Amino acid sequence: MAQSQALTRLVAKTKESNIRWHRYEGYLFIAPLIIGIVAFIFLPIAASLYMSFHTWDMVSPPELVGLKNYARLVSRDRLFWKVLGNTFRYAGWIIVPSVTFPLILAALLDRPIRLRYLYRLAFFLPLVTSVVAVGLMFRWLYDGEFGLINYVLSWVRIDGPNWLSDVFWAMPAVAMVTVWQGLGYNMVLYLAGLQGIPDHLYEAATIDGAGPLSRFFKITIPLLTPTMFFILVMSVIGTFQTFGLIYVMTQGGPINSTNVYIYYLWQMAFGSSKMGYASAMAWILAMVIFTITMIQVRLAKLWVHY
Amino acid sequence: MRAARVERVTSLKQQELLANTVTHILLIVLGLAALAPFWWMISTSFKTEFEAFQIPPTWLPLEPTLEAYGDLFLDQPFGIFLYNSVKIAVLSVGGQLITSSLAAFAFARLDFPGKNVLFIIVLSTMMVPYAVTVIPLYIVMHRVGWVNTHLPLIVPAMLSSAYGTFLLRQFMFSLPVELEDAARIDGCNSFGIYRRIALPLMKPALATLGVFSFMASWNNFFGPFIFLDRKYLFTVQLGVALVQRQWYTSWPRLMAGSVVVTLPVLLVFLLLQRYFVRGISLTGIKG
Repeated sequence: MAQSQALTRLVAKTKESNIRWHRYEGYLFIAPLIIGIVAFIFLPIAASLYMSFHTWDMVSPPELVGLKNYARLVSRDRLFWKVLGNTFRYAGWIIVPSVTFPLILAALLDRPIRLRYLYRLAFFLPLVTSVVAVGLMFRWLYDGEFGLINYVLSWVRIDGPNWLSDVFWAMPAVAMVTVWQGLGYNMVLYLAGLQGIPDHLYEAATIDGAGPLSRFFKITIPLLTPTMFFILVMSVIGTFQTFGLIYVMTQGGPINSTNVYIYYLWQMAFGSSKMGYASAMAWILAMVIFTITMIQVRLAKLWVHY
Repeated sequence: MRAARVERVTSLKQQELLANTVTHILLIVLGLAALAPFWWMISTSFKTEFEAFQIPPTWLPLEPTLEAYGDLFLDQPFGIFLYNSVKIAVLSVGGQLITSSLAAFAFARLDFPGKNVLFIIVLSTMMVPYAVTVIPLYIVMHRVGWVNTHLPLIVPAMLSSAYGTFLLRQFMFSLPVELEDAARIDGCNSFGIYRRIALPLMKPALATLGVFSFMASWNNFFGPFIFLDRKYLFTVQLGVALVQRQWYTSWPRLMAGSVVVTLPVLLVFLLLQRYFVRGISLTGIKG
């Protein structure tokens, strides 16, 4: 006892002498990170805000125009509204399958069955594959004449469209690729959520005579609503950041039907050298993401059980 | 009485058997659906141009050939692309591990003024969309002459990983402090404690972060796409996208390219997958 007290005192004393000397040494440890974050995140954020009030083509000096970029985007840029609408359409196609399919997978894999490890592996592969490889793979699969998808559809006498060059089908086709890629990731989130549900709830329900289906809908689903909420928010934010898949699969076409936010922003910044205009778009994007997240957080109170 | 019990047990067993069979069937169907695109990619990459356009399509190449792979490497300097990708990934991952572990150690174990505020500021950067920073970043890189070098892909990744810092800090909290206290009594300074005690104990978390940041770097398309336009600087991802832009579409070759970009990341994943799963469930965030 006395020994341990002496030890505690010794620790305290050493710590104290260290504190005098080393009160600021923590700064040395975090210095590289802080320098990086200031240089590569905070300064660009500030610069981006500054630029959004200017027009600039990277050649002639920037010219102050106030809120004109924003005003023009909102009031005169038809394509901007189309692209914003496309992005929401994209999200609309993604949300339901990305919330439900991984849930089914997780529910199936949560039980101790054989080969579980192998099944999980299968659903991870799409996740670790790059958007370039995935995009090319699916361009080929979706090919109207020689693609595997239309071949398989022909078995059941469906004459599949030329998916990626069809104004209506291009967007859902791209969205399904996103869903496919996210399966494994969302499944792991659900599996983690399922681990958190205590067994005694199921036992109690079974004793009260609840069958497997009603246990699933009355216990599992309500207790997984926080995970569903997280997946929902992340999926919607993800659609606002998609670039590579669109570039590889459709280049925004046909007739801009798959032109989504970041793709259009890139066209403005690096295709037309309108840096100020693109910066304004980036800020509108930041505000949109923030607003959507806030709305979702508000709505979450109605259906998420914490 | 006993007979009824036995009957009930067998019916339960039957139920379980049925449930397991249904589960397996569903999983096999879904698993095949998830893997079919990969099968199609690999199979096409070994086909001849002629066979790729055959109707009905062949599931297995009739005359498997490495022609597409040969053409891929002859047509474009894929050796250089691979080297560039490896170089960028190794440097970004290495730098990120050092920077984030140093910061995570300080945030978890040291005391300094403004610590919590600084940590929240660091965390908040995870919510900033890349689109907001990429244009000014491009302009800054342009000014300092870093466009068309690998530096814009390496240096920011090395220095600004809020995700890595968060992950490692969470992990540090699960480690015992006693060892570090003992080392302090023995006269070890903070850096020594970090280097000799914290770092070795953090190995599993470092592996997790390593896997994630390797994949993020290897699979990154937008960054290289924006900052590089000289061919000999291209990463594999840009290289494959370049093959796509050629005047005619050779599907075997494009699929061979997709196999080439996927293999390294697949190997890393298969070797270190247990760290990968833990990373997702630990933070709920993909790199």
